[in-house]
Amino acid sequence: MVAAMKRTLAEKVWDRHVVRRAAGEPDLLYVDLHLVHEVTSPQAFEGLRTAHRAVRRPDLTLATMDHNVPTTPATPADDISLKQMDAMARNAREFGIRLYPMGTPEQGIVHVISPQLGLTEPGMTIVCGDSHTSTHGAFGAIAFGIGTSEVEHVLATQTLWAARPGTMAVTVEGTLPRGVWAKDVILGIIARIGVSGGVGAVVEYRGSAIRGLSMEGRMTICNMSIEAGARAGMIAPDDVTFAYVEKRKHAPKGADWERALDDWRALPTDDGARFDREVRIDASELRPYVSWGTNPAQTVTIDGRVPDPEALEPALREAAGRALRYMDLTPGTPMRDITVDAVFLGSCTNARIEDLRVAGDVVRGRKVRAGVRALVVPGSMLVKAQAEREGLDRLFRDAGFEWRDAGCSMCLGMNPDILGPGERCASTSNRNFEGRQGPGGRTHLVSPAVAAATAIAGHFALPEDLS
Amino acid sequence: MRAVQRVVGRALPLDRANVDTDQIIPAHWLKRIERTGYGAGLFEAWRRDAAFVMNDPRYAGASILVAGANFGSGSSREHAVWALDEAGFRAVIAPRLADIFRANCLKSGLVPVELEPEVVTMLLELALREPRTEIMIDVGRRVVEAPGVRASFALDDHARARLLEGLDDIAVTLTHADEISTYEARRATWLPSLRD
Repeated sequence: MVAAMKRTLAEKVWDRHVVRRAAGEPDLLYVDLHLVHEVTSPQAFEGLRTAHRAVRRPDLTLATMDHNVPTTPATPADDISLKQMDAMARNAREFGIRLYPMGTPEQGIVHVISPQLGLTEPGMTIVCGDSHTSTHGAFGAIAFGIGTSEVEHVLATQTLWAARPGTMAVTVEGTLPRGVWAKDVILGIIARIGVSGGVGAVVEYRGSAIRGLSMEGRMTICNMSIEAGARAGMIAPDDVTFAYVEKRKHAPKGADWERALDDWRALPTDDGARFDREVRIDASELRPYVSWGTNPAQTVTIDGRVPDPEALEPALREAAGRALRYMDLTPGTPMRDITVDAVFLGSCTNARIEDLRVAGDVVRGRKVRAGVRALVVPGSMLVKAQAEREGLDRLFRDAGFEWRDAGCSMCLGMNPDILGPGERCASTSNRNFEGRQGPGGRTHLVSPAVAAATAIAGHFALPEDLS
Repeated sequence: MRAVQRVVGRALPLDRANVDTDQIIPAHWLKRIERTGYGAGLFEAWRRDAAFVMNDPRYAGASILVAGANFGSGSSREHAVWALDEAGFRAVIAPRLADIFRANCLKSGLVPVELEPEVVTMLLELALREPRTEIMIDVGRRVVEAPGVRASFALDDHARARLLEGLDDIAVTLTHADEISTYEARRATWLPSLRD
């Protein structure tokens, strides 16, 4: 009986949100916060309209525009995108939902703005029609992506039918080597467990290397949980979390803050609680990673070479061969010898203030290699404003980077920022799928530090490689 | 949602693992605000290759997609399901489907079928060898049958009932509105709200 009481963080948060549990049914789960953006919501609102339904909790719903917004006035949105943004504005108005459209100081990538506004807090359930909703798990929330039909369901009922997921622990113990950032930790994890290593489970990231990360770093890790196929990623809330949340716009204040803290301190996984699966990683073995293929598990460390598919295990060979043909890479090539056409510093994975500070330090007093197109796209207009207060925009502009407005930008090729066919990009984003950054584009996933150094060198490089 | 009791049809063998949603429907198609109009975008980039299996006229009219593991990985875009549906597919068979993709299938009446890798390999080989072979998926009995193949697949009772009856999820949930209100009444008052 006592053993049965020991629960993981994920189980505690899940259980407290169950509205209804019955045999033969998934749980009916309450949603504390529903984030909405312009791309996956129009059909959901149309469904509500057709059925004469209202939004049950507009006060627990926040909308922004991020996926298809242009990030510079020089490249305006196309007509279809404008129509989609208009639909978002009209739907927010009609259904009474708070919206931060283009041109407002709070606008930005949905997974960047919610934590900044203090809407993302420990112990919550958060959903959004976007797979990178897993980002919010960094606060000890259960957060996951849903499709448009489920968006409509949450709008109408503030609940979701969902089976209680499995649990998985990924423990990273030790001290991260110098130059290894959160992005490298998650790429290293995905390299070990694979792109479907987390399917069906909520992954809890644990261990001293994780606890040592800032909230920005933790968000980078949880963000890419979906790249391991996980339902969600989580990190137990601690003093780092509380310090981040405290005093933000929507954070509890006064006596409420104390009540919230008491609640949040009880959330971490109980000693002796069991996970369905456990993976342990030695932090000292991690290095900066660069992807060579077309899924996020196809990576090597920057000291490595493009692999020979024939040397891989049989199950991986065919996909590796196809990936290398798409990426136009030759086995045996040292990663540092690969030159790039573009560098993208942005996305919900790596466009927070800490990411820009790290990259800014690397480019200080240096110049982007001639012929390389380099973009910095802050994750939100609040991040942009803070970076400008710190003078980071000057560092980037002086080095030859374009300094843009907030948005998803070149992460996903549905706004004016795209790669041309055959162009090769060092990108701080999360997916290196074929055509992800534009039809025929070739994406290499890296950390902000490697992206910045690569922009200067013109080929994959570490900051310490620069003269 | 469309009700579906059985799917009987020929298979399109897509022998690749980790087929991601950016391949199923590229992002530029997601700018549309309608629920329809995605069929032409299905596997848009791969279809430009004449050797891609979908361009093989022997597979024209196939209604069951048989694919490698982790099909539908990546984004949450339900547009991937809508594109498959508009292109005539009524079921997807793979050793493993990505979580969000599978949930989206169940919302649109596209039958998600996960089978043992060896069984999927048999179905792939069958479709490659004899494109006219028909596969039968029985939702009620949760079985897949093809010449020389009979396998059952997992589908919880709740999902099964909804597929069979084509129920509107929201209408079902609203029958539990009292339970939702009861839950709301006991939520902590300090939880964040956009009213603040």
